[in-house]
Amino acid sequence: MSRKTLRKLFSNFMLFVSFLTAAYGIFWLFWILGSLFINGFKYLSPELVYLDPTPAGQEGGGLRPAFVGHLIITSLATIIGVPMGIMAGIYFAEYGRNSKFFMTLRQITDIMVSTPSILMGAVVYAVLVKPVGHFNGFSGAVALALLMLPVIAITTDEMLKLVPKEMREAAYALGAYKWQVIKNVVMRAAKVGIMTGVILGVARIAGETAPLLFTSFNNNVLTFDLKDPMASLTVTMFNYVMGPYHYWHQQAWAAAFILTMGVLLLSIIARVLLHRNLLEPIFYIVRSITGKKGG
Amino acid sequence: MKKVLLATAVFGGTVLALEITGAGSTFVYPIMSKWAYEYNKETGHKVNYQSIGSGGGIRQAINRTVDFGATDGPLTPEEVEKNKLLQFPVVIGADVITYNVPEIGKTVLNLDQKAVCDIYMGKITKWNDPYLQQLNPNVKLPDRPIVVVHRSDGSGTTWIFTNWLSKVCPEWKEKVGYGTSVKWPTGVGAKGNEGVTNYVKRSQGGIGYVEYIYAKQNNLPVARIKNREGNFVEPSVRTIQEAAKHAKWDKSKHFYEVLTDQPGKDAYPIAGSTFILIPKDQPERAKKANVFFKWVFEKGDKYAQELQYIPMPENVKKLVLEYWKEHGVAP
Amino acid sequence: MENVAEVQKSIREIKTRGEFLERFLKLSLGFWALFAGLLFPILAGAILLYEARLAIEKFGFIHFLTYTNWDPVQEDFGAATMIFGTVVSTILSMLLAAPVAIGIAIFITELAPNWFKPIVSTAVELLAAIPSIIYGLWGFFILTPIMATKVEPWLQDKLGDVPLIGKLFQGAPTGVDVLTTSLVLSIMIIPFMAAVVRDAFNMVPPIMKESAYGLGATKWEVIRQVVIPYTASGIAGGLILSAGRALGETMAVTFLAGNNPQIPKSLLEPFTTITVALANQFTEADTDVYLSALYYAGLLLYLVSLTMLGIAKFMVLRLEKRWKV
Repeated sequence: MSRKTLRKLFSNFMLFVSFLTAAYGIFWLFWILGSLFINGFKYLSPELVYLDPTPAGQEGGGLRPAFVGHLIITSLATIIGVPMGIMAGIYFAEYGRNSKFFMTLRQITDIMVSTPSILMGAVVYAVLVKPVGHFNGFSGAVALALLMLPVIAITTDEMLKLVPKEMREAAYALGAYKWQVIKNVVMRAAKVGIMTGVILGVARIAGETAPLLFTSFNNNVLTFDLKDPMASLTVTMFNYVMGPYHYWHQQAWAAAFILTMGVLLLSIIARVLLHRNLLEPIFYIVRSITGKKGG
Repeated sequence: MKKVLLATAVFGGTVLALEITGAGSTFVYPIMSKWAYEYNKETGHKVNYQSIGSGGGIRQAINRTVDFGATDGPLTPEEVEKNKLLQFPVVIGADVITYNVPEIGKTVLNLDQKAVCDIYMGKITKWNDPYLQQLNPNVKLPDRPIVVVHRSDGSGTTWIFTNWLSKVCPEWKEKVGYGTSVKWPTGVGAKGNEGVTNYVKRSQGGIGYVEYIYAKQNNLPVARIKNREGNFVEPSVRTIQEAAKHAKWDKSKHFYEVLTDQPGKDAYPIAGSTFILIPKDQPERAKKANVFFKWVFEKGDKYAQELQYIPMPENVKKLVLEYWKEHGVAP
Repeated sequence: MENVAEVQKSIREIKTRGEFLERFLKLSLGFWALFAGLLFPILAGAILLYEARLAIEKFGFIHFLTYTNWDPVQEDFGAATMIFGTVVSTILSMLLAAPVAIGIAIFITELAPNWFKPIVSTAVELLAAIPSIIYGLWGFFILTPIMATKVEPWLQDKLGDVPLIGKLFQGAPTGVDVLTTSLVLSIMIIPFMAAVVRDAFNMVPPIMKESAYGLGATKWEVIRQVVIPYTASGIAGGLILSAGRALGETMAVTFLAGNNPQIPKSLLEPFTTITVALANQFTEADTDVYLSALYYAGLLLYLVSLTMLGIAKFMVLRLEKRWKV
């Protein structure tokens, strides 16, 4: 065999190995999702959502407080976190691009995206739980909002950066103020992208457990009062999986299935939005403004 | 008049529903959650009890983040007073030694003090260790490693277990001691009685200490433990009651009492009681919690017995009620 | 004449109103940018520091880092065991994830046909989207029994007697131990690493690769001798980024680590990490010193995490600067 063939063979071999690594990754994905599907689907039932939990060891019951609590906490966190994040992102993209200081801040924000989420819980505990005297749903929402903040800020910044500068220049040329440019031109164009960021942010916090462990804590009883401890799907799953009762495990699987499907659905929607709609209208508009033909 | 009463029953229950929060012992969780459930069914009041371990219960009670805490390791009278709390027992149960060895299934093993001590010290590491085998001559013990399971969180169940070990095993007393959290020489840590039961159930060759009902509810075998008199005693309502027979519940000492290693030929050696902690300096909250506990004392016995717990004897209940009155927290 | 004056006046009004809104907007937006990038990180660190002060005073720095005794009863805390656990599980998971992530990046950029690329990319991203507790749940229910009954005994059998490595495989195979935890952690961080490495690969100017091909290099040779060396800092950045993420993982580790407050002497022994200690002990730290010690450990985690993520970012940025025209 010539040296050349040997090298080629080796190259193909290594590429095959890389294919194996991809297969390795997909293998785990399919196994995890498959298990979720098989075990979770089996134990799905409508009672899960409208029944309250039974005493420990007594079969039956549902996860109503957990579902409702989770919805409340996640929605509140989104309401708090999204405006903060979007405003920060707008500043980074529209005002801060020439400032080394703000660009550093943007990098720090990006770093905050990956900080341990349990530490956010510890921080919020010191501020919103200890002084108040008891666990409360509101602190859980705040902890999640703080987790969401950097994510939304970064995605907003990225999406706004994608808007071509010609659009802004055209608006300035017409005499618009900066806030008008931002509000009527840039934000409109990046609308879909920003929404994608929000969806991804929600998907991220919907699956969080650690920050809720000592902020919103848990509650066996349905409550809408944010001053009270509040149940959440994730914390309940945590308790149930660690417990010995078979029916707890079944309910945990079902809850896990619902949660994961929800989160994955959101992620897929975000991805689809990102790759199809976002680019089209922008290019169309740019083309019509600048009069260029083709793409 | 009937209509008014009916309306009050329907709406009064919901409008005036109390919300009582408690946390702590996982030892007592099965009966506590049952009581909360039945109490809610009967009165509409809500009791939110979180099973986070006695350590957590004590912490939350001290921090006043809950209305009541529950712990199986009682606070000493000094600790009770230092934290301006009040303490009273609510139910009696027992730590059982449960295990999951596939080869022997549900066979009940005999274990003596030394055996348990050496297993938890990591000295006996295999199920077919000669010492264990001679305690159980009629059982073919397999050559399987023992997976020791203990608690990873602050636990009253641990308090009871290690208290007994400290009494019966001098080496344990010296090297490890007792408390809600100890430095375990060996083993895997699980969270809550729930977690320990879960681990043992899923392990091959696991051994753990849990409250009696957890083993029963999960069809796990329970060992006979040698007691002070030298008899191998199986945990049951009767043998646990025997252990509690000589207890002195002293309300001036905030009912501090330990039920391990009690005298009596049929006394189960690892028995214990769950204590409720309420804030003395927040009488409104304490009274609110005691509305629930008064119901527990009046109507909760049958549920406790169904779950193999032993309700407090009538004379102790009376003492508790007097204790409440003395400290101004009677409901 | 009056009309002109009126019009001029209204133009001025519009202008001042516009300018006012301008400034107001800039300030309010700027505040949130400042908050997100500076105030919040500092505030979080400060709160952690403040809560940790009791423990810092009592235990100092070196002692807390090296002392292995975490004793809530005696109120004597040394975080060495959980620090060790955090470090070991992170390093192991990186070792397990790195070759896979690089392989996936190679596959996506070099090998996969264009129609297949997004499918693989999506699959890898979905791995990242799965919440951590799901990994924990799945790991605990599905993977652990398999590890305990099949994989670990097999490993013990084959490797247990090998002179040095054998030591790593002692102990009862419970399935909840360093090995399982690191394995699941590695699966969790593969997507991040793969994404960073893939982006780094995409940055290599085609002309560099084409020159190599022009000289007759095989695909693998191009990857190994052109792409990888030039994206080295990006790969390193990706590695450190994933390490930063693995450090902070809580739920998956809590389910799979076995929660033993001792330093594990083998891969098959249970252990604990800072995040696990926080998750399990926070609500029941029954003395001020205990809670403060937990905050101290949390503070250390925060600082290390930020530092690692910062270094990773720096390395990736360096790569970007090199190749962006």
